[in-house]
Amino acid sequence: MTEAVSTQRKKIHPHKFTLWIGIGSIIMMFAGLTSAYIVKGSMAGFTTVQMPQIFYYSTAVMLISSFTMQWALKSFKERGMQQYRRLLTVTMILGLAFICMQLIGFSQLWEAGTKMKGSTGAGQFLYVIFGLHAVHVLGGIIALIVMFIKAFSARIRNYNSIPVEVMSTYWHFVDLLWVYLFVFFLFKL
Amino acid sequence: MSHGHAEVITTHEVHHDEHGAHHHHQSFITKYIFSQDHKIIAKQFLITGMIWAIIGGLMSVLFRLQLGYPDQTFPWLEDILGNWARGGKITPESYYALVTMHGTILVFFVLTGGLSGTFANFLIPLQCGARDMASPMMNMLSYWFFFGGSIVMLSSLFIQTGPFSGGWTAYPPLSALGDASPGSKTGMDLWITAMAMFVVSSLLGGLNYVSTVLNLRTKGMSMTRLPLTIWALFFTAVLGILSFPVLLSGFILLLFDRHAGTSFYLSDIYIAATNQALPNEGGSAILYQHLFWFLGHPEVYIILLPAMGMASEILSVNARKPIFGYMAMVGSLFAITILAFLVWAHHMFVTGLNPFLGSVFVLLTLLIAVPSAIKVFNWLTTIWKSNIKFTPGMLFALGFVSLFISGGLTGIFLGNSTLDIHLHDTYFVIAHFHIVMGVSAFFGMFAGIYHWFPKMYGRFMNNTMAYIHFWGTLIGAYLIFWPMHYEGLAGMPRRYLDYSNWSSFNQFGELNKFISTVAMIVFALQLLFVFNFFYSIWKGRKVTTLNPWDATTLEWTTPIHPGHGNWEGEIPEVHRWAYDYSKDGRDFIPQTEPIGPNESKH
Repeated sequence: MTEAVSTQRKKIHPHKFTLWIGIGSIIMMFAGLTSAYIVKGSMAGFTTVQMPQIFYYSTAVMLISSFTMQWALKSFKERGMQQYRRLLTVTMILGLAFICMQLIGFSQLWEAGTKMKGSTGAGQFLYVIFGLHAVHVLGGIIALIVMFIKAFSARIRNYNSIPVEVMSTYWHFVDLLWVYLFVFFLFKL
Repeated sequence: MSHGHAEVITTHEVHHDEHGAHHHHQSFITKYIFSQDHKIIAKQFLITGMIWAIIGGLMSVLFRLQLGYPDQTFPWLEDILGNWARGGKITPESYYALVTMHGTILVFFVLTGGLSGTFANFLIPLQCGARDMASPMMNMLSYWFFFGGSIVMLSSLFIQTGPFSGGWTAYPPLSALGDASPGSKTGMDLWITAMAMFVVSSLLGGLNYVSTVLNLRTKGMSMTRLPLTIWALFFTAVLGILSFPVLLSGFILLLFDRHAGTSFYLSDIYIAATNQALPNEGGSAILYQHLFWFLGHPEVYIILLPAMGMASEILSVNARKPIFGYMAMVGSLFAITILAFLVWAHHMFVTGLNPFLGSVFVLLTLLIAVPSAIKVFNWLTTIWKSNIKFTPGMLFALGFVSLFISGGLTGIFLGNSTLDIHLHDTYFVIAHFHIVMGVSAFFGMFAGIYHWFPKMYGRFMNNTMAYIHFWGTLIGAYLIFWPMHYEGLAGMPRRYLDYSNWSSFNQFGELNKFISTVAMIVFALQLLFVFNFFYSIWKGRKVTTLNPWDATTLEWTTPIHPGHGNWEGEIPEVHRWAYDYSKDGRDFIPQTEPIGPNESKH
């Protein structure tokens, strides 16, 4: 078995690799949606909306959570388990805060008169695209909860950093994806 | 990547503990049902796909009965189909439902799930030299999402308003408005749910296939030593990973239009059934078509590439000659993969697309002829002056090449936007895509099943039945679809229940009867294949040697009944490419044999 291992030594771990391909797949999904926006945005009668202020703050929250996630990974690798758990918790709370802020932003838009029924403009795209991004963040939060339970379980002692690395890569990805979507809408609105 | 050696070795040892252990006891459920063994999962995909193929094929028999004999009634139809065939005649709604479901089932559940699901799972670890997929767990989930999607799709056949009936492409407004037709109600919701699950299944599978091919090859198995099957399955997975998510985003917008009242695809609609004008404004149905065909066209190659790869491998093995132009084969697969993403709008030439844009897509579409022609040339030169062993697998591979040429040539007609003005939505299109991707992909699949059946079940399929199956299906396929070209050139449109009101198409009355009759015979022949398949699992001639076809590839170095983990002991090391046939006076040299001192290195 050692020989087979030695050939695979320099390669990226399969789970990490799979995540990168999965990220490619998610990118295609949002590329599809934002290009749909571009196609439809160029048509006559396309209405735009005002970007709610709160999305600026949620961007900040998301960026900070990326930072805490990276810090958590660093602590894990240095076997600072106490700090790892604390930072994991902070990341999770920031993630939840992000989702709440997105929901507040949606409700503000809704109050301002952007409804689903009838004609469709930038506002409806914003609901769908930002909503779908929030679903991806939620998926990340669920993964964080699983890691959180593992980190606090007394039974399992695991120092394999691959799951944490996969987690942090995904988290940075949803962060970057948000920045892309936010900037896209800032330019388009 | 910034991790050191130690931790990687640790994780790989863990990895091998999971898969190398094939001694421990497994219950029936973990071994055959919720199995994580890629070989079992492959068989699950295959058998589910076969059940779907029978259902989808039976649907075509039903609507061919209507098309061949539009003036007759068949009281027994009402006994089977109930309200779908009141008075023994298929109703227009159920006719649409039948053609819609026939398309959806055959394109997605048989020729995507059943074809690449089976052979990517079965062959990638075996031919790359891996104990299993990169993530066996995800692989298992991939099958169960497929199964779940299958159940939901199947259930839509049994609801009162019937399954979705707006065509397999599910264009809005028929797919977006429940009031538009009976099939647009619950049937459409089930359709979209099933398709969403199918997309998840494809993505989980595809991630695994790519990851396994790139990361888990055995020692010495460089990419350029891979058999062409693996290259083809690899590109298939790449196509799926990049195009299915776009379909999903199209579906998400469709769901909002259906259930939240948005107008992404809808504009200025008046529904006659409810006598109602809708408030939707500014939507664009073309937008859906763009999103759909961005998947829809790569989907064609998702169906076709595995068949191409398997045909390449089987032709070479049974011609006892190396494949001609290996790198050209890989290059043309790559070119097809790239071009697949750049031609989607040729499905939309007559939707009001900008003619200039259309001409760009004509050019890109016709470019596909180049890699396709390279492949055909290489297949023909591979069998040129060779000593062919006419095994059933080989016959089907040859049939695949024949059908791919015949169907590909009509693609050149349809790729022209000007000719398409006349030919679009006629039987010419039906004939073209049934030959080039329907039947030819089926031939690739049959070739693969006959060729790898000994590896799957340790037995051979019956040759006599296989020969009857081959000749009957090949002749039948041409007899069914060749005449449709003439009908299409005469302008006969697709998707009509009854042509008898058109006097210009009355000349085709007898031809339609003929096509219907042949279709029924060919369907019966497929049941012969199904019988052969299941009969041979238990009663077929036993495989007694490790390598019954004298092939070079790694799957034939495993035991006759490989356990979970594929190889007992170490995974063999690879020293050469997969196509050393008739070299240096030897019939074949396995990939595992080191290069000899006097041997020219490939």
